[in-house]
Amino acid sequence: MIEVRNVYKTFYSRHKVEALVDVTMRVTRGEVVTIIGPSGSGKSTLLRCLNHLETIDRGEIVIDGIPLTDSRTNINAVRAEVGMVFQSFNLFPHMTVLGNVTIAQTKVRKRSRDQAEEIAMTLLQKVGIPEKARSYPSQLSGGQQQRVAIARALAMQPKIMLFDEPTSALDPEMIGEVLDVMKTLAREGMTICAVTHEMGFAREVCDRVVFMDEGRIVEVGTPGKIFDSPDHERTKAFLAQIL
Amino acid sequence: MGSLKDLLHNPRFRHAASWTALVVILAGLVAGTFHTTKRVDYIWRWEQIPRYVLFKDSRVVEAEDDATVVALDVAGGDTVIVVKDYLDMESYYEVPSDLVNVAVGQEITRGQVLAQWERWKPGLLLQGLVLTLEISVLSIALGIFIGLFTGLARLSKSPAPKWLAIGYIELIRGTPLLVQIYIFYFFVGQVFRLSNFMAGVLALSVFAGAYVAEIFRAGIQSIHRGQMEAARSLGMSYALAMRYIILPQAFKRILPPLAGQFISLIKDSSLVGVIALVELTRAGREIGTSTINYFEVFFTVAALYLILTFSLSMLVQFLERRFAVSD
Repeated sequence: MIEVRNVYKTFYSRHKVEALVDVTMRVTRGEVVTIIGPSGSGKSTLLRCLNHLETIDRGEIVIDGIPLTDSRTNINAVRAEVGMVFQSFNLFPHMTVLGNVTIAQTKVRKRSRDQAEEIAMTLLQKVGIPEKARSYPSQLSGGQQQRVAIARALAMQPKIMLFDEPTSALDPEMIGEVLDVMKTLAREGMTICAVTHEMGFAREVCDRVVFMDEGRIVEVGTPGKIFDSPDHERTKAFLAQIL
Repeated sequence: MGSLKDLLHNPRFRHAASWTALVVILAGLVAGTFHTTKRVDYIWRWEQIPRYVLFKDSRVVEAEDDATVVALDVAGGDTVIVVKDYLDMESYYEVPSDLVNVAVGQEITRGQVLAQWERWKPGLLLQGLVLTLEISVLSIALGIFIGLFTGLARLSKSPAPKWLAIGYIELIRGTPLLVQIYIFYFFVGQVFRLSNFMAGVLALSVFAGAYVAEIFRAGIQSIHRGQMEAARSLGMSYALAMRYIILPQAFKRILPPLAGQFISLIKDSSLVGVIALVELTRAGREIGTSTINYFEVFFTVAALYLILTFSLSMLVQFLERRFAVSD
């Protein structure tokens, strides 16, 4: 489903930053993969490369058989199949919750308004806030906003969901409600690639954990393997810090 | 003494004192103006002014000689009564169609009243106000259009639109509007055979467009990057994301500076008087020349501009309140 081969990416801001160095990984259909690592390790960059929010310098990324690096690829069509949830929610503040969840359906998928609203309401039901359909994002709590963001991504009926630290900006008491939605998705067989430090999520529903440091993939394994008996010193040191 | 100190620190007393000060200052200004005008030995004739806003056009059309009506030609709202006298000489009388009280073949006698009417007509000032309003509305609409696309071009990563936009903005902002109006009238107007009205409107729109472009650019850039990313990650193209996600948010944010720009534009439209457009200011000057009552005329002109700009302010405040529902 997701193929990443020998990807390199360097940022030139004030200093030269090697964000991704020879990264290779794959995620198969229905698999749930969590990427962990210290800040600046390139995990968010990797995730953003997967739907072309960042371009790569070298290497190849193939999503569902379509190479992102090919200039003939219609990137909008690929993105429509890849849902993304951001750390800062990024809901559209000038639209109601319902507007947020229907806009891409009607403009990109060309669904009728009625059909889009029906799908939206089903999804809002699923994430547990159908009663907020007519509210504006500013009237919701962080946890509610993030659940709307998940519903918005799901409304496109994507084949893959990417989560970029979805709970990092939330108050502790709201993390659970977002993780519950993510766990449900994982159990339903959605292909998921998530950057998160929520070990509970990783242990419960995750198939594999990828540990990254300084732009490189250091270690890959089952949650049990990575969390309980990691091979690398760097992984041990990182886990000791966050657990 | 303690009680006086208490009084001076009493917020309610301070509030009342401030209001009193305001009234005293305003009264002083009025008295000062009055006193000054006394000293310059000026004869105020405010009664001259109303007829330049609206005047009553009263006319009596009388037959100049005995004749026979030979035809009634309707042209627009008026009818031309064609008559022939005994020497077969034709004469014409133009009257409003609804007041025609003669028929073809009818004999009329010298001094007979063919029509008599009184009509309210807009005076030179009102005509000028209407022209100013027309020029402003057209220039604002065209200015938004030019500004939006220039602003988007300015943000483009591709060099051609970006540098064309920068060149245009710098050129317009770096030269006086008056000079631009002359160029549009004498050069562009000659080349493309524009009326002076079109030349004036284009000059003002192109001028406003450059400033509006910068306002749009700043507005678009002020929207958080995550909004564009979220829209694109849903599969929306750049154009779709701009139209439905970025621009609506940016527009709400730039309404106040945009309003300021358009209020300026209404006032700047006074400059197109130089290309023989009798807009409000030019109308004022012409009336001033013929009546030498410059004081009253220009106070009136200023008040009429205020009506336009204040209405625009009100409209923008109304829009801001409407957009505020999602805050």
